Amino acid sequence: MTNTTETRRLGRTGPLTTGERPGAERNPGVPLDMDWIRSLQVNRSAVERRAATIPKRRTVKKEWQVAWLLRAITCLDLTTLAGDDTDGTVRRLCGKARQPVRGDLLDVLGVSPDAIRVGAVCVYHQFVETARDALAGAGIPIAAVSTGFPAGLSPFAQRLEEIHASVAAGAREIDIVITRAHVLTGNWRALYDEVRAFREACGPAHLKTILATGELGPLRNVARASWVCMMAGADFIKTSTGKESVNATLPVGLVMARAIRGYREQTTHAVGLKPAGGIRQAKQALDWLLLVKDELGNAWLDPSRFRFGASSLLSDIERQVEHFVTGRYSAFHRHPMA
Amino acid sequence: MTNVADILESMAYGPAPEGAEPATEWLERHGGRFGHFIGGAWRGADATDRFETINPATAAPLASVAQGTADDVDAAVRAAREAYAGWSALDGHARARYLYALARHIQKHARLFAVLETLDNGKPIRESRDIDIPLVARHFYHHAGWAELMESRLGDYGPVGVIGQIVPWNFPLLMLAWKVAPALAMGNTVVLKPAEFTPLTSLLFGEICEAVGLPPGVVNVVTGDGRTGALLVDHDDVDKIAFTGSTEVGRLIREATAGTGKRLSLELGGKSPFVVYEDADLDSVVEGVVDAIWFNQGQVCCAGSRILVQEGVSQQLIDKLKARMETLRIGDPLDKAVDMGAIVAPVQLEKIQQLVRQGADEGAAIWQPSWSTPREGYFYPPTLCTDVTPSSTISQVEIFGPVVVLMTFRTPAEAIALANNTRYGLAASVWSENINTALDTARRVKAGTVWINCTNVFDAASGFGGYRESGFGREGGLEGLWEYVRLRDEPPAGDAPGGTAPVAVDADAIDRTPKLYIGGAQARPDGGYSLAVAAPDGTRVGEVGRGNRKDLRNAVEAARKAEGWSGTTSHLRAQILYYIAENLQARHAEFAERLQVQVGAPADAADAEVHRAVRRLFTYAAWADKWDGHVHHTPFRNVTLAMPEPIGVMGLVCPDVPPLLGAVSLLAPAVAAGNTVVLVPSERHPLSVTDLYQVLDTSDVPAGVINIVTGLRAELTETLAAHDGVDALWYFGGDEGGGSVERLSTGNMKRTWVDGGRTRAWDHGPHAEGEEFLREATQIKNIWVPYGD
Repeated sequence: MTNTTETRRLGRTGPLTTGERPGAERNPGVPLDMDWIRSLQVNRSAVERRAATIPKRRTVKKEWQVAWLLRAITCLDLTTLAGDDTDGTVRRLCGKARQPVRGDLLDVLGVSPDAIRVGAVCVYHQFVETARDALAGAGIPIAAVSTGFPAGLSPFAQRLEEIHASVAAGAREIDIVITRAHVLTGNWRALYDEVRAFREACGPAHLKTILATGELGPLRNVARASWVCMMAGADFIKTSTGKESVNATLPVGLVMARAIRGYREQTTHAVGLKPAGGIRQAKQALDWLLLVKDELGNAWLDPSRFRFGASSLLSDIERQVEHFVTGRYSAFHRHPMA
Repeated sequence: MTNVADILESMAYGPAPEGAEPATEWLERHGGRFGHFIGGAWRGADATDRFETINPATAAPLASVAQGTADDVDAAVRAAREAYAGWSALDGHARARYLYALARHIQKHARLFAVLETLDNGKPIRESRDIDIPLVARHFYHHAGWAELMESRLGDYGPVGVIGQIVPWNFPLLMLAWKVAPALAMGNTVVLKPAEFTPLTSLLFGEICEAVGLPPGVVNVVTGDGRTGALLVDHDDVDKIAFTGSTEVGRLIREATAGTGKRLSLELGGKSPFVVYEDADLDSVVEGVVDAIWFNQGQVCCAGSRILVQEGVSQQLIDKLKARMETLRIGDPLDKAVDMGAIVAPVQLEKIQQLVRQGADEGAAIWQPSWSTPREGYFYPPTLCTDVTPSSTISQVEIFGPVVVLMTFRTPAEAIALANNTRYGLAASVWSENINTALDTARRVKAGTVWINCTNVFDAASGFGGYRESGFGREGGLEGLWEYVRLRDEPPAGDAPGGTAPVAVDADAIDRTPKLYIGGAQARPDGGYSLAVAAPDGTRVGEVGRGNRKDLRNAVEAARKAEGWSGTTSHLRAQILYYIAENLQARHAEFAERLQVQVGAPADAADAEVHRAVRRLFTYAAWADKWDGHVHHTPFRNVTLAMPEPIGVMGLVCPDVPPLLGAVSLLAPAVAAGNTVVLVPSERHPLSVTDLYQVLDTSDVPAGVINIVTGLRAELTETLAAHDGVDALWYFGGDEGGGSVERLSTGNMKRTWVDGGRTRAWDHGPHAEGEEFLREATQIKNIWVPYGD
């Protein structure tokens, strides 16, 4: 990603170095710029056309495919957000997070088991402590969905309190939901203030803002909401709760990736992307990585800047990895369940 | 095994080759040698005059192909002629079954076609697999439907005959489909000459024709270079030539076919504008540019090769484009993850290199991405040229490579002026989120296809073809069918004039010498000469001015100035035509009397001619607001608006007889459709037209819409034909003059319509009036408007 010579910039500016390795830098946010928000344009048909051709223009095969799939695992927020979650199922999930791929397969591939760990484990607040204990020493962060997930309509003070509680319990990443009404009524100031408040409540924890794009209407609203959240200090923007009827689609991801790129160009701050919901197959994971590589560059193919929110995706990836190693099609039951 | 751990670190792309084996096996089965497909059989595989077709990605030869000789072309045309009787007599349903079978077979062998196309042409497998071949199948399916519906939708029309088709190398099989499918659907038979760089998929198509049991001779494929093409163009027994290729060759073909009576459709070059307004979705614009100019390495006749961007966002767009160009991947066209493949041949690569050098010499800033292209094979990197002006060579000429120029504009009016500042008019792309800006620009850009917020989108249901020097004729959709049909019956001969003795009429009491009619006023002829007009018995009945070159120049200028006529409402144009009719009716007796004196027509015939002239004006007044376009059902989420538009300034050369009805029959449709005209009346009987001056003066016809120049037909016709400011020319002079009209039209490749010496029955049905005239007075613009928010 090269720097640009724009005449107009948002917030502070500074030179970028190309090809830099991402770190754990935060997005401090910038003041809300309403003129900028209003000038954003998204043409749905053109976006859909581009999104449709990305998986047709790019593909990875053989060693490259298996390496990319392993990278996808490192970008995975292994998630359980079911009403019937218990301490037991969360502990099982954490076990899987520590060893997402069978060691014998990694041996054949010449990849160290230490290199393949999921990006995070994502649970409700209720299970943050369980996960913390189960993941002790693993170096895997815990993400908590928060602020009245998934609708985000509980009293504002309670939503802030929920963030405080999850951070106190050990969550290092907070996935908040935005108030969709602010987007649908064009109340960008309210959205900005809300996310800003959530950002402050997070303290050291990284903030992921869930846009629930399936409920926002036109793609232009997705772009505007992405920008407002980033201006307010989101460290990640995330497509969906997984509970909307339409979740992570490539066109939505493309709009958000372009917003991230634009924000990077305008402010130098890097914001991460998290598609979530409906990503179940290895092929889908590859499509997302192709999109991210082509639109944002290699620096974003890293858990610090890209995450999948998924629960069953890992199982399909494992089968594909085994297929590569053995040359035979695999089966779900051959891999430890989460 | 490449180290997975290393890739995990680098996250690089690896090779993803499509296997070439099925295609190479097919080539091997033929021993790498091919002949022609003629009359359902293969001949000439042992011919000595041959050439090699190469894989441009490796420069390695693929196969040896026969150079078609005069004997081969002759045999192919003969086979097509023999097959014509049977094929054209089949009912539409039977032809539909064959076309359907061709579509099915192409789909069944889609991957073989795609790989072979990529080997021969160098285009990325993604494009041949996802774009070319699916469009080919779609074209045959769509036209299977037209074959089925021909009788019900085009009942008055029959096929044209034997069609010679010459296709280019940039979309070898797709251009074949665009030509063969409509020709066969309408009952014609064809001789196809593929480009010498890319003959292989045409030959495989020949095998498909065999496989579906297409009757021998319906499709013939003769390979060879331009010499073979010339043999086909010159062949006496070919009824029509359909050509896609360069404007230079198109011009040669126009000259070669002039006066032969062969019909012609040409799809030629372009320098298509890509207009970006400041309110566009710029990230999508960038992908649009990728599709516009880096699709098929820019070897696309409708490539968006001139970016016109509103000044305030130009730097932003340039920055985004450069960043995107860095991520394009060029390489082995069979790799499934490359964006750009090879340039078709060394000669084309050299042409691109030479033009870019010239651009740099003229001061353009040339920008190419930092990565390097493969050393083996013929590759050229994506190239962005800034610091160019409309005067720069590279912003005027077609480069036919992955090279785009970028210029800025301030206002929509300036954007449109820059967009139209070209000899070409094939396509345009307009990017704006404002519907008013987008549609206004689409309407005002002179191009056969306008894509709004998209580019290089094609479909069989939508017509494709050019304005101006980009050629004439359409391919695809209903409008494309007209190229392959003609009215079933030859026009019956008109009534011979002057059968009975003229009625004696007193000569005018006061001398009236009409001048020329230019810009809404009578103008003395520049030369200062007059011509005598005589009755059939030799009696002098009057004089008219002898117009010359300068008078025509003035008339064309007046017509150009009156082009606002095209922007008037069709309702207003109808009202004015009705008004002309009303005023003509009021002077019915005078006009009838003039016809009796001038032509020697009996009273009842003269009366009938005036009556028909009035009625013809009514006909086109009626049509004016009913010559609608279509909304095509293209398989995308969009509306594709096929809009008939006036051609511009039209020259109309009238038949000698009937002098009044003939002139009105040409004038009324041209003007009803929104054109402005320069009309050359009957040379022998001009007075019936000069009498119209006063009728026009009293009928609210805006100055310059109708201009009339009397004089010597041959002289005036040649000047009009050679005038580059005349956009179309109709010639009904009834003699051999049509040949020179076609020959001289090549200056600006104007559309011509000539009667080829046939006499039309101007008093009779569809040959005298109606849709054929309106089609010739308009050109179809297809505007693609995607929707969705």
